[in-house]
Amino acid sequence: MTDQAQLLPGTLDLLILRAVSLGPLHGYGILLRIGQISGNALLIEQGALYPGLFRLVRQGLLKASWGTSENNRRAKFYELTTAGRERLRDETESWNRLAAAIASALAVQPEEI
Amino acid sequence: MNPLASLHSIVTTLFRRSQIDREMDEELRTHIEHRADDLERSGLARSEAERRARIEFGGYARYKAECHEATGASSIETSLADLRYGLRMLRKSPGFTLVAILTLALAIGANAVVFSLLDSLVLRPINVPNGKYLYTIERGKDHSPTESYPDYLALRDRNRSFDGMLTADIVPAGLDSDGVPSPIWLNIASGNYFDVLGVQPFLGRFFHASDEHGPDSAPYVVLSYGYWQSHFQGDRGVVGRTVRLNKLPYTILGVAPRDFRGTELFFAPSLWAPIVNEKQITGLTDLDARTARGKWVVGRLKSGVTPVQATADLNSIATWLAKSYPKEDEAISFSLTRPGLLGNMLGGPVHAFVGGLMLLAALILLAACANLGSLFSARAADRAREVALRLALGSSRARILRQLLTEAMLVSVAGGVLGMTCAAALLRILSAWQPIPDFPINIAVNPDARTYFVALILALVSGLLFGMVPVRQVLNSDPYQGIKTAAHGAVGSRRITLRDILLAAQIAVCAVLVTSSLVAVRGMTRSLQSNFGFVPQNVLQINTDLNMSGYTGDQVPVMQRRMLTAVQSIPSVSSAAYSNRIPLNLGWSTTTIFPDATTDFRPSNSAFGAFEYYVSPGFFKTAQTSLLQGRELTWIDKKDAPRVAVINQAFARKIFGSESKAIGSFFKIWGGTRVQIVGIVETGKYVTLSEDPSPAMFLSILQSPSSVTFLIVRSNRSPQDLSPILATTLHSLDGGLPLTINTWEKELGTALFAARAASIALGVLGSLGAMLAITGIFGMASYSVSKRLRELGIRIALGAQRKTVLATALGRVFRLLTIGSVAGLLLGFAATKLLSYIVYQATPRDPIVLAGVIFTMLLLGILAAWIPAQRALNADPLMLLREE
Repeated sequence: MTDQAQLLPGTLDLLILRAVSLGPLHGYGILLRIGQISGNALLIEQGALYPGLFRLVRQGLLKASWGTSENNRRAKFYELTTAGRERLRDETESWNRLAAAIASALAVQPEEI
Repeated sequence: MNPLASLHSIVTTLFRRSQIDREMDEELRTHIEHRADDLERSGLARSEAERRARIEFGGYARYKAECHEATGASSIETSLADLRYGLRMLRKSPGFTLVAILTLALAIGANAVVFSLLDSLVLRPINVPNGKYLYTIERGKDHSPTESYPDYLALRDRNRSFDGMLTADIVPAGLDSDGVPSPIWLNIASGNYFDVLGVQPFLGRFFHASDEHGPDSAPYVVLSYGYWQSHFQGDRGVVGRTVRLNKLPYTILGVAPRDFRGTELFFAPSLWAPIVNEKQITGLTDLDARTARGKWVVGRLKSGVTPVQATADLNSIATWLAKSYPKEDEAISFSLTRPGLLGNMLGGPVHAFVGGLMLLAALILLAACANLGSLFSARAADRAREVALRLALGSSRARILRQLLTEAMLVSVAGGVLGMTCAAALLRILSAWQPIPDFPINIAVNPDARTYFVALILALVSGLLFGMVPVRQVLNSDPYQGIKTAAHGAVGSRRITLRDILLAAQIAVCAVLVTSSLVAVRGMTRSLQSNFGFVPQNVLQINTDLNMSGYTGDQVPVMQRRMLTAVQSIPSVSSAAYSNRIPLNLGWSTTTIFPDATTDFRPSNSAFGAFEYYVSPGFFKTAQTSLLQGRELTWIDKKDAPRVAVINQAFARKIFGSESKAIGSFFKIWGGTRVQIVGIVETGKYVTLSEDPSPAMFLSILQSPSSVTFLIVRSNRSPQDLSPILATTLHSLDGGLPLTINTWEKELGTALFAARAASIALGVLGSLGAMLAITGIFGMASYSVSKRLRELGIRIALGAQRKTVLATALGRVFRLLTIGSVAGLLLGFAATKLLSYIVYQATPRDPIVLAGVIFTMLLLGILAAWIPAQRALNADPLMLLREE
């Protein structure tokens, strides 16, 4: 557990959007997908996922519909809306810019200044 | 996001709450089961898998609540939940709730009443269209609000700054439609009166400038709505009907609108009549006397003209007047002021009075807030365990604060509504109140939307204020400590807390109020026993105006003599007399006194002004005014005899420097009449009790007859017995005499009105303050006792003396009581300086006041701390330990 990183505030939404962008998923599926695509490097308390999902639905970035899961249980499936897809693109870009900026800042060597 | 969609989401969320709740549960449970499925697959037993899945999920209820919040309906949802919870909590402790609501109701009610007064007396211009353009014309350096009719005509016709200028006066008359006139008070007004004010009749028509065709040419009246209702039962057929005013026929032209009361805030006339008919209505006219300055003049400023420009315009007319009439209008000047309060003559005192009340009411509200703040923090402390538990269960501090504020808001709204209801009832009584006998003095203070709005805002703001007091306490609370020991905290703390300051402040406020009301009441009592220059006890006054029953000219003195003789012959009447006015009744008249050598009677040559009374022989004996030198007026001082006067000591000192020189000397009154002084009486009080000794003179009523007649009758019989005898006796002379019979003591109500109003107001505010202080001390003492109950119990178990226990439990409260009382007493002494302008002989340097304040404050402290003290003394260590 100790080598798992805490989530930065606001990044959970981005992760959810990314996970769902690969295909409709129910809540537990999203959790598994985030674990999978992040290499289990991120720590989320499971319940904390849901307020985020409801928030994204309310913002119109996700839409939800009831269906049946692979375990044959009734579950609510989430998928991206058009607005959600755009938001994901924008957020990804700005995240990449930020990450690149931070990375290059941290990579600076003393003699380069 | 689209606000409409957001609103839609909120609304649907609200309406489909239970369905959403169900779905949310289903979704979260599915998650846990999916996880359990996975765990089961990895080799755990189903039950163990489900348990692990639940643990991994985290706080179910908390996440569900957050989900609800995320759906958008949360704020309303939570508020509703808070509201329900708040109501439940308040119901659970009815005592606390009752005290809190009552405290706030008192404070809000007091503020609403005072604000209504402020609104109707100070803020609101006269109730006519565009009333803010109306100005009263004042005269001279002393801002006299009245002018003479000839000067009014000059002002009206020569100004270029006003759309119109009216003049009016308040006079009495006898009105009858069936033979016996009843005295009424009316406005006599210039023909353009209603047109300048811009009001429209409710019924019929008003009189206009075109109705005036010289003296006594316009026998018309316009009824006020109130008089029409009370005397004509709202009969729409009154228009065109004839009534008799002083026995002369007048035609009713119309009825004024309901809320129109003329231009004076304190006075509501029964009807309006044209001023050109002054002679018929009052029996004498001074419409052509340039020095008879008794009418007020109100102008409507042209739009675009500033008051400064208008004043300059009026003063150019003043210059013209002074040049054209140097004798009468020497050095005359004009200025503008707000109308409504006898010009603005009462403006100063009224503003000071209302301002003072406003200050006190604000202090009361502040005290109530301080008090409720401490009650709420005591409550928050009592609920420390509950709060700690909720924090431990994952509730956010913001949520708990919101909950506490909701409770505070509930209390403030309930208190505000209750307070406003009581205030509205009180204001209705006040609006109907007529404090002065025989004269329609009355103020319309009906609460309007503005008052309700202010009360609501005050209630909500105070709710926020006292609701915020426990905030820091909650923010600092540590859930673990809270659960371990409920009774921790500031035990034995020597620090001065905000709560201490709040309590000391409200005790101080209470002490200020108690001090001022005691000073006012003492001042009142003393002024009732002071020397008025006459003895009002055992004297009845009979007021009539012979003009109202048709007596004119020489008939008047003859009738007066007959009335006097008839009254004197009643057994048990020890003496009787009559006069045109009575000291300390409503109204007075002053006249200018000139030294005997004066030949040029311009105002600057005058010696001083003196109150003038026209009295019959026997007046001083009946009034029991001491005659110091010389003689009383007698029947010899007839119309054709030399003019004589009895003067008071102040008059003698002012004109001759000493009393001894005065007897036999002469002075002159305006117009050059030479008057010889035949007697000197003691100086009394003439207009108010707080006035300085003023010169006054008493002239023979035989030498200048007046139809206004006050018979004064001294007798040992009770007023109830004597009044009907007097009425029958006088009506046997003339059945149509309108009579008002009152005791002289009752008539003093006029002179005492301001002081009485101030004392009542202070008394009411003082008892409010006392009640607030009691609840404040009670709250603080209860708080301090319940905080330390365990410690007290242990001390008692270890054998502590009752005294020590009390000192421990309540020492701080009583220290605060002492500090607050002393501070309040000192502040109160400072405040009574202000009071002495209104209440005669109001002084705090009075041992009874001092003792009274100390006793009252001590009593309040004991009353308020009694129950907490009992609780402290009865602290049972065993019970307390078991509770833990």
